[in-house]
Amino acid sequence: MPHTEEDIRVMLDKIGVASIDDLYADVPAEVIYRKEYDIPSAMSEIELRKHFEELGAKNRRLTCFAGGGVYDHYSPSTVAHLLARSEFYTAYTPYQPEISQGTLTYIFEYQSIISELTGMEATNASMYDGATATAEAMFMMVASAKKRNRVLLSATLHDHVINVVKTYGKFHGVEVTVVAEKDGVSDFEAIKSELAKGDVAGVIVPTPNKYGIIEDYTGWADAIHAAKAYFAINADPSALAVLRTPAEWGADVACGDGQTLGMPMSFGGPYLGYISCAKGMLRKMPGRVVGATTDADGKRAFVLTLQAREQHIRREKATSNICSNQSLMALYATIYVALMGKQGMREVNRLACDGAHYLYNRLIESGKFTPAFPGKPFLKEFVVKTALDVKALNERLLENGIMGGLDLGNGMIEFAVTEKRTKEEIDNLITLLLA
Amino acid sequence: MKYYDKLIFELSRPGRKGYELPENKYAHDAMAELPAGVMRGAEAELPEVSELDVVRHYTNLSMKNFGVDTGFYPLGSCTMKYNPKINEELAGMPAFTQIHPLQDEKSAQGALELYYNLQQALANIAGLYEFTLNPYAGAHGELTGLLVMRQYHLANGDTKRTKVIVPNSAHGTNPASAMVAGLEVVEVKSKPNGSIDVEDLKPLLDDTVAGIMMTNPNTLGMFETEIMEIAKLVHEAGGLLYYDGANLNPLLGKVRPGDMGFDIMHINLHKTFSTPHGGGGPGSGPVGVVEKLAKFLPNPRVKKNADGSFSIISDDESLGSISSFLGNFGVMMKAYAYILTLGKENIKNVGPLATLNANYIKESLKDDYLLPIEGVCKHEFVFDGLKDKSTGVTTLNVAKRLLDYGFHAPTIYFPLLFHESMMIEPTETESLETLDEFIAVMHKVAEESRTMPDEVKNAPLTTIVRKLDETTAAKNPVLTYRQLKG
Repeated sequence: MPHTEEDIRVMLDKIGVASIDDLYADVPAEVIYRKEYDIPSAMSEIELRKHFEELGAKNRRLTCFAGGGVYDHYSPSTVAHLLARSEFYTAYTPYQPEISQGTLTYIFEYQSIISELTGMEATNASMYDGATATAEAMFMMVASAKKRNRVLLSATLHDHVINVVKTYGKFHGVEVTVVAEKDGVSDFEAIKSELAKGDVAGVIVPTPNKYGIIEDYTGWADAIHAAKAYFAINADPSALAVLRTPAEWGADVACGDGQTLGMPMSFGGPYLGYISCAKGMLRKMPGRVVGATTDADGKRAFVLTLQAREQHIRREKATSNICSNQSLMALYATIYVALMGKQGMREVNRLACDGAHYLYNRLIESGKFTPAFPGKPFLKEFVVKTALDVKALNERLLENGIMGGLDLGNGMIEFAVTEKRTKEEIDNLITLLLA
Repeated sequence: MKYYDKLIFELSRPGRKGYELPENKYAHDAMAELPAGVMRGAEAELPEVSELDVVRHYTNLSMKNFGVDTGFYPLGSCTMKYNPKINEELAGMPAFTQIHPLQDEKSAQGALELYYNLQQALANIAGLYEFTLNPYAGAHGELTGLLVMRQYHLANGDTKRTKVIVPNSAHGTNPASAMVAGLEVVEVKSKPNGSIDVEDLKPLLDDTVAGIMMTNPNTLGMFETEIMEIAKLVHEAGGLLYYDGANLNPLLGKVRPGDMGFDIMHINLHKTFSTPHGGGGPGSGPVGVVEKLAKFLPNPRVKKNADGSFSIISDDESLGSISSFLGNFGVMMKAYAYILTLGKENIKNVGPLATLNANYIKESLKDDYLLPIEGVCKHEFVFDGLKDKSTGVTTLNVAKRLLDYGFHAPTIYFPLLFHESMMIEPTETESLETLDEFIAVMHKVAEESRTMPDEVKNAPLTTIVRKLDETTAAKNPVLTYRQLKG
């Protein structure tokens, strides 16, 4: 706050009041807060830094073998450097396109990249996270399927995604049916019998699923569309560089979390959620969208478009209340993918996949672990079963600076491997697990 | 400077690389053995560029942007205050960015302590009992707060309370959030000064009302002086009061929403607590509640244990979860640093100086711009366009002309109460010199609208791109590079 005593005097004179308190003369005296807030005294940068270092020292940076929807991928140094350009991070939403072409251009690039990965024609400027994007995908399908108000979720979606979708559904009045899994994958027969009831607006399934399994959705789109319902796939966008895309499976909507595009795990956020769709559903898609156009001199430029769908125009008639995007994280994803490129995105998946299979094979060979879902293909994450005490195993790993696999209960443990894990780290993990 | 107009895809050359990864030491190509049927067919057309290509491209793009660090950003209702640099650095500490959200809580005690401390500080500043920091943005906070409201009535077996009262001057997200929450919106009229018309409110307060959403000061920047009466009426009718924290900034140090009778509120950390807007996000929209509503807050929650350690808990009576994990933690770190930097000594000056700045601009410009409501405003105020309407120069023209002079435009055509709304919010971080420069330019534009109206109507004239063809963009949407290149 740059105000000097003299500045304040000049300003009060202009306004024609004697003191700053007079600017609050209209506030009822009984609600004026006269005490001091119960917060610490002002800290200098030196003290602040020390405080954060002390807090940081109470966290432990672990060698991470856990996933569950958040993965320890590596992001090149360049990404963070470019994100620190304050012309990007101190800008507001690009409502004044003439002075926001930087933001608008990278959002257009982001939309293009996500559309390439999902294979879908359109992508919005991003959502809060993968779970809320999935809830919005549910709303899109309900809004498109007239008079149908039930959505089927495969139980193989991540639990945190199911929980958020259920909350949104419960209060908005959409019936959410979680269809039980079968042998670790979505149960097509059970889904088909639900579809036969004729009241289903949409079906949401994952790839890879919560156990890391790459599910086979052959025949799903036809069955769902024949029942006049819509098909949404929640997909890991990094994995889509190599896996069959939502578009190739015949989905109408793709959604998911962008964290896997190099974003730091950051104790849960910020990440981003993405939504892509086929052209036919474009006008039901929530959130901001950037389109190409030209300016008065014919120069190519970018602008927020299709705003007639949005909350600030439609108010209570809107189908979503989102009025922002995770713009800076969209820039993160864009720069990450630009650096990794076609080859790098493939190589990241290859390293993770080879490492995960190396770990899996060593664990099975040891005889102390068995496959939880034999024969099911996986990319970077898998579940094994053991008679060993999983809790004790993870405690031992933690003592050694390792975050072990997620404890799924009943002796099931889920490991994830990314390109960041070295063969030596995996060997060390195996030694500790088998000790 | 050379005009830069490239997309990253247009720099791409087959085989070019911008990364290095370690050598693959696994003997086995596991990916090659995955079933062909689950693998991608056609390759994604991703850019193939060098690291320097990427650095130059995004540096050039950044130079086509205007941020708070570029210049004054008097965007009403958006609280574009300065974003302190130390906060960015602290939020990037690997001790926080490299931890997994499902890490054993004893290995994430520092993160949990930070979450808890910020939660407590916000509760004290707001005069409420407990906050969840899980919501990702203001609109997400609104939705969460309304779900708390609904969960409370449902827990009381009060299922018929499905209406929420929203002033017709409210932010557009209010009615939209109510819709997503499954509530029916009932509009209450505003008086000419934008305040809620208490006489219009009274007949709306029946046993179907879940609550009311308000902001105070309202969207015209005027304090709702009858707030205590409104709170009494709503509570007597069995409803709850929701405070839209978008306009919290002028109250910092002066008034706590909880003391005005509000039961639920959200705070935009990216407004009041200085975290950067990031070109549209990530934000953070913590929601605070009075004690009786705390158990309904979304899961998960962070609790302090008797031994001083921290735990993540879930409550069966909770409304459920609204986020994957504990929200935008990286944003919370910046808001926490901001609060600690101000401390109890300086935070009390935030609201008053924001209010001083706004009133100074208002008083300095009301000779040229139409001030529909006289009197002291809070952090922001609204002009109904130029005073002299004979020139045909609109609010949009003035806004675009400001871009030529190196200022961001105010918020325009909101609130909807006036035809030519121009909403100005300077924040407390701007100096008298900056305000005076802005005032001088606003006077100059008013003068130009009389002497050279056609130029003003064609503005902007000097920005890197000029007026955009938004109609064609919407009629024939081109949303990807694949589509653009045809």
